Amino acid sequence: MRTLVSPLSLRSWHGRLIYWTVLVAVVIGFTIAFVFPLYWMVTGALKSPDELAQIPPSFFPTSYDFGVYADAWDQLQLGVFLRNTVLYAGGAWLFTLAVDVTAAYALSKLRPFFGKVILGAMLATLMIPPMVLLLPTYLVAKDVPIFGWDLLNTPWAIWLPAAANGFFVFLLKRFFDSIPRELLEAAEIDGASPLRILWSIVLPVSRPILGVVSILSVVTVWKDFVWPLLVLPETDKMSISVGIASLSAQMPQNVLIASLVIASLPTILVFFVFQRSIMAGLTAGSLKG
Amino acid sequence: MAVLTAKPPVRRSPHPGAAHHPGAARRAVGRNLTAYGFLCGALICFAFFSWYPMIREIVLSFQENNFVDAPRWVGLDNFRTVVEDPAFRSAWLNTAAFTGLALVVGYAVPFVLAVVLNELRHAKAYLRFVVYLPVMLPPAVAVLLFKWFYDPGAGLFNQVLDGVGLPPLSWLDSTSTALISLVIVSTWMNLGTGTLIYLAALQSIPGDLYESAELDGAGLFRRLWHVTIPQTKLILLVMLLLQVVATMQVFIEPYLLTGGGPENATVTVAYLMYQYAFNFGDFGGGGALGLMLMIVLLVFSAFYLRVSREETR
Repeated sequence: MRTLVSPLSLRSWHGRLIYWTVLVAVVIGFTIAFVFPLYWMVTGALKSPDELAQIPPSFFPTSYDFGVYADAWDQLQLGVFLRNTVLYAGGAWLFTLAVDVTAAYALSKLRPFFGKVILGAMLATLMIPPMVLLLPTYLVAKDVPIFGWDLLNTPWAIWLPAAANGFFVFLLKRFFDSIPRELLEAAEIDGASPLRILWSIVLPVSRPILGVVSILSVVTVWKDFVWPLLVLPETDKMSISVGIASLSAQMPQNVLIASLVIASLPTILVFFVFQRSIMAGLTAGSLKG
Repeated sequence: MAVLTAKPPVRRSPHPGAAHHPGAARRAVGRNLTAYGFLCGALICFAFFSWYPMIREIVLSFQENNFVDAPRWVGLDNFRTVVEDPAFRSAWLNTAAFTGLALVVGYAVPFVLAVVLNELRHAKAYLRFVVYLPVMLPPAVAVLLFKWFYDPGAGLFNQVLDGVGLPPLSWLDSTSTALISLVIVSTWMNLGTGTLIYLAALQSIPGDLYESAELDGAGLFRRLWHVTIPQTKLILLVMLLLQVVATMQVFIEPYLLTGGGPENATVTVAYLMYQYAFNFGDFGGGGALGLMLMIVLLVFSAFYLRVSREETR
């Protein structure tokens, strides 16, 4: 593909020299800026507190003591935090899919009265940044109007707000809109119910968008900090980010760093495996509106 | 952009001739009942956690509420309280400075990186992966990691400064460097998003535009100025507005790194709002701050809406 630099100028020895210089500089620069901090984190955890305080620092740890990871796991009860976070992210994922897929299907294919108004109201929520609604939403979770439930310290406080995501409804509806009506009408004539059509015709062809929404929803909940900080204040209920942050002051430095390594592994693994969907979701996000 | 989700919506005539058939009305009622059955989950979630909180936010900021007695309407008292707070001025100034600094560093850099990455023919997958790696870390992890790097004693940054023969900085502990330290973390962990979005935009520029510009004798920088930038103008504008809205809500960096200090040098509007509600127990004051922030951000959101409408047109 033709880009800014003309392919002709890359053929001369002069052009090639510049190209390779830039390439090497970029590779080294990116590695220092984005990989080296992570290397420093992983090796920092293996150093003893004395070695951590040493000036100048050691580039490689003098001894490899992986026991610190076990310490971090026990002292910070990372097992509990990780289990909680899996529960919150997994439940939020199921809830988001169940709620937003059915809503998008209804708005796209069943087209009820006031459907456009409802879609508009859902999209309007995207204009209000979440931070400014933090306090009123917290008050709702603390004392749900009409029902009077207190959702604090329960997974519902994560699951229900996570499902109210206008962007996911928008992405799903836009995809469902592109499914030809003829496909659904044939099934309708055969007497299939709307639920059946959704399950056996719409969902199978919508796999790509379901993948994007799934990963976005899981990663969003996993990375979230402020909301779980407010609605899950009990230590045994904390998510991994909040748990580590709230216990960080009492930990020896190397144990804290080890817990940071453990906390970052799941999302980085997810990124390794689902790189494609994550990047597709990113560009889809930039086109919203 | 070659993205699977970016298909344009297909318009179809709504139910051709449905109204003329006998039993059409009954079928329409049935269709609506099913549709609302499908919608009820979303309607409940949105009503409680998106729509009602917007109203509640406004009510909150005009009431005094200790959650024991019945709430009392107090007019503009909450606004007066927060405006008279000495931290109020600092919070807005810091938020503006944070947003401005984050723009200076975090806005141009991803675009430059994307332009360079788009020219490279080697190591593409590696570079793309690596630049997005910090974005995948939970923000709390990235921030705590940098807290350790900023350590004035044996922290990585002062070690590096020492290594190249520069005097150490006190980073988070000094009023002059604390805010910029926050900007550095924030930029590091968000840079990848912008870079990859610009990269996708650059790849959709038709190659013959560059070719014809070159035939007309345009050099590298003129091609950049007259082809690349006009072709990505809308996405650049959209990202500008999105970044302003995102960075003005900054909370986690001051919360975890500085607690708003030293001497209010890093207190931000969102952080002050949190403090009012959860440290001072004054939800009215917090609500008032939230409402002010909302109005400011809505201006940018409205711009964003206009721009992105133009883009889809």
